[in-house]
Amino acid sequence: MRQTPRAVLVLEDGTTFEGKSMGYPVSTAGEVVFNTAMTGYPESLTDPSYEGQILVTTYPILGNYGVPPRGEKQGVSAYYESDHIHAKAIIAQDYSWEHSHWQADRSLSQWLEEEKIPGIYGIDTRALTKHLRDKGSMLGKILIEGTPEVDFYDPNKENLVQKASCKEVEVHGDGEKTVVLVDCGVKHNIIRCLTSRGVKVVRVPWDYDFNTIDYDGLFISNGPGNPDMVDVTVENLRKAFEKDKPIFGICMGNQLLSKAAGASIRKLKYGHRSHNQPVRRVGTDTCFVTSQNHGFVVDNETLPEGWEPLFINMNDGTNEGIRHKSKPFFSAQFHPEASSGPRDTEFLFDEFIALL
Amino acid sequence: MIDKSIKKVLLLGSGALKIGEAGEFDYSGSQALKAMKEEGIHTVLINPNIATVQTSDGFADKIYFLPVTPYFVEKVIEKERPDGILLAFGGQTALNCGVELYESGVLEKYSVKVLGTPVQAIVDTEDRELFVKKLDQIDIKTIKSEAVNNTEEALRVANALGYPVIVRAAYALGGLGSGFCDNDDELKSLVEKALSFSPQVLVEKSLKGWKEVEYEVVRDSYDNCITVCNMENFDPLGIHTGESIVVAPSQTLTNDDYHYLRQLAIKIIRHIGIVGECNVQYAYDPDSMDYRVIEVNARLSRSSALASKATGYPLAFVAAKLGLGYGLFELKNSVTKDTSAFFEPALDYIVCKIPRWDLGKFHGVRREIGSSMKSVGEVMSVGRTFEEVIQKGLRMIGQGMHGFVGNHELNIQDLDKALMEPTDKRIFVIAKAMENGYTVDRIHELTKIDRWFLFKLQNIINTSHELSAYSTVESLPVELMRQAKSQGFSDFQIARSVLKQDMTDAEAANQKVREIRKAMGVVPVVKQIDTLAAEYPARTNYLYLTYNGSTNDVDYLHDHRSIVVLGSGAYRIGSSVEFDWCSVNALLTVKKEGWRSVMINYNPETVSTDYDMCDRLYFDELTYERVMDILDLEQPHGVILSVGGQIPNNLAMRLDKQDVNILGTSAKSIDNAEDRHKFSEMLDRLGIDQPRWRELTSFDDIHSFIDEVGFPVLVRPSYVLSGAAMNVCSNYEELDRFLQLAANVSKQHPVVVSEFIQNAKEIEMDAVAQNGEIKVYAISEHIEFAGVHSGDATIQFPPQKLYVETMRRIKKVSSAIAKALDISGPFNIQFLAKNNDIKVIECNLRASRSFPFVSKVLKINFIDLATKVMLGIPVEKPAKSAFDLDYVGIKASQFSFSRLQGADPVLGVDMSSTGEVGCIGDDTSEAVLKSMLAVGLRIPEKAVLLSTGTPKQKASMLEAAHRLHNKGFRIYATAGTHQFLNDNGIPAIKVYWPSQSDMQPQALDLLHRHEIDLVLNIPKNLTSAELSNGYKIRRAAIDLNIPLLTNARLASAFIDAFTNLTLDDIEIKSWDEYK
Repeated sequence: MRQTPRAVLVLEDGTTFEGKSMGYPVSTAGEVVFNTAMTGYPESLTDPSYEGQILVTTYPILGNYGVPPRGEKQGVSAYYESDHIHAKAIIAQDYSWEHSHWQADRSLSQWLEEEKIPGIYGIDTRALTKHLRDKGSMLGKILIEGTPEVDFYDPNKENLVQKASCKEVEVHGDGEKTVVLVDCGVKHNIIRCLTSRGVKVVRVPWDYDFNTIDYDGLFISNGPGNPDMVDVTVENLRKAFEKDKPIFGICMGNQLLSKAAGASIRKLKYGHRSHNQPVRRVGTDTCFVTSQNHGFVVDNETLPEGWEPLFINMNDGTNEGIRHKSKPFFSAQFHPEASSGPRDTEFLFDEFIALL
Repeated sequence: MIDKSIKKVLLLGSGALKIGEAGEFDYSGSQALKAMKEEGIHTVLINPNIATVQTSDGFADKIYFLPVTPYFVEKVIEKERPDGILLAFGGQTALNCGVELYESGVLEKYSVKVLGTPVQAIVDTEDRELFVKKLDQIDIKTIKSEAVNNTEEALRVANALGYPVIVRAAYALGGLGSGFCDNDDELKSLVEKALSFSPQVLVEKSLKGWKEVEYEVVRDSYDNCITVCNMENFDPLGIHTGESIVVAPSQTLTNDDYHYLRQLAIKIIRHIGIVGECNVQYAYDPDSMDYRVIEVNARLSRSSALASKATGYPLAFVAAKLGLGYGLFELKNSVTKDTSAFFEPALDYIVCKIPRWDLGKFHGVRREIGSSMKSVGEVMSVGRTFEEVIQKGLRMIGQGMHGFVGNHELNIQDLDKALMEPTDKRIFVIAKAMENGYTVDRIHELTKIDRWFLFKLQNIINTSHELSAYSTVESLPVELMRQAKSQGFSDFQIARSVLKQDMTDAEAANQKVREIRKAMGVVPVVKQIDTLAAEYPARTNYLYLTYNGSTNDVDYLHDHRSIVVLGSGAYRIGSSVEFDWCSVNALLTVKKEGWRSVMINYNPETVSTDYDMCDRLYFDELTYERVMDILDLEQPHGVILSVGGQIPNNLAMRLDKQDVNILGTSAKSIDNAEDRHKFSEMLDRLGIDQPRWRELTSFDDIHSFIDEVGFPVLVRPSYVLSGAAMNVCSNYEELDRFLQLAANVSKQHPVVVSEFIQNAKEIEMDAVAQNGEIKVYAISEHIEFAGVHSGDATIQFPPQKLYVETMRRIKKVSSAIAKALDISGPFNIQFLAKNNDIKVIECNLRASRSFPFVSKVLKINFIDLATKVMLGIPVEKPAKSAFDLDYVGIKASQFSFSRLQGADPVLGVDMSSTGEVGCIGDDTSEAVLKSMLAVGLRIPEKAVLLSTGTPKQKASMLEAAHRLHNKGFRIYATAGTHQFLNDNGIPAIKVYWPSQSDMQPQALDLLHRHEIDLVLNIPKNLTSAELSNGYKIRRAAIDLNIPLLTNARLASAFIDAFTNLTLDDIEIKSWDEYK
């Protein structure tokens, strides 16, 4: 039998789940969230939106295809969504100690060890998911046998965007048109989706006053945590509205655009984190399967005059995007850049580029 | 956009179960009918498969038990005038028939609208050349093949591509007539065979070793698309997906891989223009992101049935609704009941499908598995680790295997070769290789199976070694017990690993592991299949058990108000859709009578595993261990084990020992009927005759018994080395050959020898009794004389040629047996009758294969009555009896020899048919003709080849030969038959046997030139010379797709029918018109 340290997940309501360690043996804490995707753990772990969160995968078997190599292509990670793991930890039912894939150059546990991130397996993740679904997302800590205890930690009380955003202006790609990308913790595939469409991307930190730059389009990225922590960006956005230049936002970008428009945001009980969220384009019979990862949502009812919902979630009716009725401003709550997940809505990038 | 003009719809079924087309289409058709019914649309169904659920009361409004061929379908259209037709729910049979009707203009003539995928899209996917062109238009890579029309062209193409190449017949179901060729010789023989099924043959480069991945894709008329499920084959490309172990979801694909192929699948479905469901199969390079599309099935398929069961997403139901014009966004997820049907299921478990082969039932069949399908059924296991699902699945297959380890050791000479050339034993060859120290890398090199799967299998081997380090169950650490259970080890496997050769009493050892394990707190938990991985609350009753979890999803009431029905497991030769019909009907009655119905079964091709059919469905094993686990949780009022065939029946004694309330006939009575000695003693006591038999342990004893009863004898070994388990031997030569080659005779392995009565009629008694009194019964007769397995025989009900006296005696004897065994529930007795003497051959205290047939012909539901009896409800004898019927039912068998390369298509005491049909006619001839056409025979147009066996058989065929001659058929005959016909004034052309290859005309040549369109070949006996000459002719007939009959009585009946009647004489009457 494989000898691995005992690991216990303790939730803030006192519930515990016992498993074994398969990552770096250190105790840690964060907000516990579940994702029902069946593939894409390298993408999820490096997705900055998971900053501060302990990721539970409902798909029971983890690590099958190992981890692709590090390395950069055109200034962004070749296979990851950022240059390091953002999640605090990962939890699964079963772990594949042996992996198999031509792209992999190491196993998931080797990678976790390298980045000092704990991982647990042997936990009834379905029971855990149902608990989180019924009680809502909650704080949790992972205690690994033989390592010092830690306290609960609430990432939503911190400005995680500041943590995940780039620190200075960077330029990606080349093209006649310039898109300013406000980095709230941007996934690298968003940058790839823009540069592959032949535009120059000027990536600026979350609090950078981009109105000083001459651009053809503005992009507001995804990012971790509570949108209320990002008022600077919201203020900058309001100013940008006056320019009438195309604006496109994704995920956190949708929430910030909505806030700038005057709508309000609330926290979902347990968030949408999966590859199978159905959305419908408002006023049409056209539906899309989308990849999502968000804990906060725009309140449709509070959208002010001149704005309307662009997409609606077909399961729970929540907002999945907004648009301005007359100006070229729109956003999606889901992830058209996928990675991980279905790519059915990547055409939104085309629609944005066409507006420039 | 919903089409309101559709008021009446015609659904085409798939006919008899055959290899490549099995029970999955009963499931998809039933779902489609349900979808139509919900819309208030009148449904008409054509399906001659009388044992199906879809052909039962309450599913379709009108049912025609007619062949699914353009001729009959047109007749039904002419009569019923439907507004629309559904082609996608009856497999390749329905699809091909629909395409023909479309192309011949019939559908247009009667203004019948094809619902769902347009016919042009079907044609684009079926015709390989059009298919490649179509996908070329959107730059999708296909396996480039060249279509050829003759062998020379095929050779040229193959040599240009370089061997190995793959050969496929166009328009063929389940890979019929296709295969790999490594050289010119192999190519020649395969191409010739393929050309006999199809005018066009495709030759292409083989991609052996690539991964095989499938996606199930759905599209509505608004162009919204989803992929419901993807699946990955454990076996690499080269093994037909129906022959492969398959897992869902894929396990070795990264997110990029998964979504790359998903996106392509959606691009394809849009371009082709599917409305409904289709399946896209890919070959995928294990070392890059290169792919080829293997094929697209523009219809519901075996894979889609599997995907429905794997995810809980009812593909057929949704596809039918989309055919009416619904958008996916207008439909609800039928598991959660409030989220949308436009979504892609997220699984939080893994499923594993494993095929079931029955190759041991056939003489001469090749055991290698490859690009054409040979398996007869499949199972699906659900769990939360791969180790768990593969071990569960291997037990479910039901061929005496306990999982991946802990089995009888296989005898393999050359392991490398066995790994490279996979057979039906492939997975166990891997186990043996691992035990012999082969590394994962070495096995991967030889098999090309992805290392990930092999690593997981290695884990199982490692755990079994860890268990073996202990010698008592008590000393096992809890952690190790838990690890073994989470890797799917059964209590038996644990006991065997620990106790090794000290395990003398398996049952006691099992029980001990169970008790110790439970004391340790190592018990399985129940989980729901909810389509959304617990993201939303789901009102789902679709369940499985796993050791990879800590809490149950279900709260148990423990009010003893549920009834557990045990299903029938994998379809196999001898147990198939008929027991699914019985199970479903038992569930319906249980529910109707106010109990909660609970089903346990694991066959994804069935209706009983549709979670809509019961209050709770456990998609899980039917082993003693798992059934007890479920009963511990469920605490039901009682268990029904008499409607699922032999698997549940065999559990009777063990469940009884644990004080499980077995409803109906007691376990003791079941044992008294099952145990040959006890049953025989009882018959003697009751003064009921039976064929003489003895259980013997030495050759001397066998010889002296034969001296007493004389030849021929029926020999049943208890331990079989190879080949069939039962045989009729006519002389010492045959007997010795059979016993020395095929079986083992010893004290441990006794042989049962019974006298075999020739030219006797075989009669079936199907009945339901309550407290020992028969309440309803059906007596039916076999057309063939005894000696043909009852599952292969052609059965007539009501009997037309039985003496009243015989019937009276059968009733009397049956009543005596029912009383003696105090039967409460269904039962079946098989009799031999000669003159008016009757002998009992066998008695089963459970529903039999013919229950749906007699229930539907008589229009009295035997299972409904039997279930009421088992629930303790008093049952009245129905007023109606078989004597009141003004029509005749014929149940005929479907054989799948064309798919079983090399198998001798001869019938014997062991069953070899894969399915059946049941047709109703105003008289025997009409019913025979319908049923023979429904199992794929054709009325010959020009010439018949006769070789009619023994003098007695020749004489019995004389009248039929006269009829053929009078109708103007050219008669070819082999030497003896030719002589006999001439002597009797019937002109015939003499043909030579294959062994006289220098003489002309040669039987084989005539067959190859298709100058003969019916072959009657009646084997005289089982001597090797007789078998080899006849074998070549029979096999050629099968391989060249020429109708073949091998039984004199059936052949006479068929000839009688088609010389008496023409197609036009056949009345197009629905089931309800037979009153």
